[in-house]
Amino acid sequence: MGKEENILSVKDLQTSFFIDDGSEVKAVDGVTFDVPKGKTIGIVGESGSGKSITALSILKLIDNPGKIKGGQILYKGDNLVDYNERKMRKIRGNQISMIFQEPMTSLNPTYTVGEQISESYKIHQGLGKKESKRKVIEMLKLVGIPSPEKRIDQYPFELSGGMRQRVMIAMALACRPEMLIADEPTTALDVTIQAQILELIKELQDELGMSVIMITHDLGVVAETCDYVAVMYCGKVVEYADVRTLFKNPRHPYTVGLLNSLPRSDVDQEELIPIKGTVPSPDEMPTGCRFAPRCPFATEKCHNELPELEQIGLGEQIRCWIYTDEWTGDPEVKVYEP
Amino acid sequence: MITYIIRRIFQLIPVLFGVTILVFLMMHLTPGNPAQLMAGETAPPEVVERIEKRLGLHDPLPVQYVNFLKKVVTLDFGVSMRNSLPIIDELRPKFWVTIELAIYSTLLSIFMGIIAGIVSAVRKYSFADVAIMLVALFGLSMPNFWLGLMLMQWFSINLGWFPPTGWGSPGQVVLPVITLGTAGAAVIARMTRSSMLEVISQDYIRTARAKGVRERVIIYRHALKNALIPVVTVTGLQFGTLLSGTVLTETVFAINGMGRYVIDSIMARDFPAVQASIIVISIMFVLVNLIVDISYRYLNKRIDLNG
Repeated sequence: MGKEENILSVKDLQTSFFIDDGSEVKAVDGVTFDVPKGKTIGIVGESGSGKSITALSILKLIDNPGKIKGGQILYKGDNLVDYNERKMRKIRGNQISMIFQEPMTSLNPTYTVGEQISESYKIHQGLGKKESKRKVIEMLKLVGIPSPEKRIDQYPFELSGGMRQRVMIAMALACRPEMLIADEPTTALDVTIQAQILELIKELQDELGMSVIMITHDLGVVAETCDYVAVMYCGKVVEYADVRTLFKNPRHPYTVGLLNSLPRSDVDQEELIPIKGTVPSPDEMPTGCRFAPRCPFATEKCHNELPELEQIGLGEQIRCWIYTDEWTGDPEVKVYEP
Repeated sequence: MITYIIRRIFQLIPVLFGVTILVFLMMHLTPGNPAQLMAGETAPPEVVERIEKRLGLHDPLPVQYVNFLKKVVTLDFGVSMRNSLPIIDELRPKFWVTIELAIYSTLLSIFMGIIAGIVSAVRKYSFADVAIMLVALFGLSMPNFWLGLMLMQWFSINLGWFPPTGWGSPGQVVLPVITLGTAGAAVIARMTRSSMLEVISQDYIRTARAKGVRERVIIYRHALKNALIPVVTVTGLQFGTLLSGTVLTETVFAINGMGRYVIDSIMARDFPAVQASIIVISIMFVLVNLIVDISYRYLNKRIDLNG
């Protein structure tokens, strides 16, 4: 990195939920990553790893009792954490847009597709009815919806899941944002539709020159769409690398575990190896490395002390004792190091 | 939409037929001979016989029904047994009084209820929410004749702000409308609150926020339209309760409306008057339900056009 300009830099982001009984759930606990301009970064992790909360935090869409506790979200140098609601509204849907997992429930059932898309033009560009209608049709055409003149007056329930996700994309991209956050955009869709939607996002990214944050638990999606990947576990980034390195040369035991549990065609696999155990619940979070209880290499130190996210190699970051000088366990596990 | 409305209006026809049949049979199913009743208990049999003939009571039932229906469609409900005046002339002014009372009360219920419900939902668990829900609980549990008497005691007798009885001047309208509208407002407030809370947590509200829509617009444009669907149902049902509530309210405030007319007619066994009142009230209720159905169609596009 470094050579490229970052459109967004998330630094030590902390988002917590404060429960009635006074306890705090740290959903995002010190997340750091960069999004280079025009590139796609994937955020991968199991359910509960904090990846969706990270995405919602960037747009400051965290509802009570959640709160961004600390850290910085630098968008073109400005810290969004300091922005008030009014300034944030000018960012949302205009500069940074978001699409969601559930196209079935993410569109308002009582307004037509056209009304919902044109709202963006009304808010951000102050366009009148006629002008925005023309733009909506143009946008629907762009996302590959056939006969947009007809679709514009239809309600979401009249469309299929794939069509609705296209409408969501049209809505998100209406004002040509510089950045798109896609929160599991294909999880709820059929496999064939998934491929189409991913392809569409990629095409539009090239056309509009935007940066994309792709949030997913599907490493297949990552391999297909991303330039860089941040692997998250229990609210922390455990590994950050470019996509090629990550798949060829995964370092963190969690990343290795994820890849071993995925059927792959690019490497020989005897069998799929699942990661033992489950994600710890917030109230029994380990004090040391969050992954230690499930890690096959964990030492005493791993259980007691939390490793930092360290720079290793070129633009790779990793949060694991194995890759530090202080590693006291089996030296053989370092085999992956170049 | 227009075809939908026309279709729904045609669907009312069988319902209204049912109403007229029931109302017609009422006279024949209740014990006692109407002719005897009209003539008085001590009247000689010839007089009763003559009245029976005049009323057509010797004809077979279907023939009598058709004759009855012919009159009803021309709004001829016959003459009152009490004073032999045409019922329709007596009923008309009373009908408008009750309609006014019902419409004002419903509007009060809707406005108060929806606004209170929204405030409660948007500021969940705040002081305002708790206060509104407490007041709503009172409003719901208070019998409306008691509320009417209390309002009259405070605002008419103690404070002298409003006249205690009658109908017509703006001052006379206030207390009866509050009396009749309070329970509805309470029900609608509670329904709006729970419905809004459910809608606010929906994915499409998050989508609207992500689009940069202002919070106020999200509440009033994106959330409210969805939240109103169950509220409309309750409002329609509430109208039935309201119609029966007019009887008590009109009695408490000595308003010369239909509610009181029905009670007086029943007490006097004035069958034609009772029949006329029931038919008019049924038509009102059916029309309100038609309005409810049409608003449904407007709010929820998924309702089939042919439904």
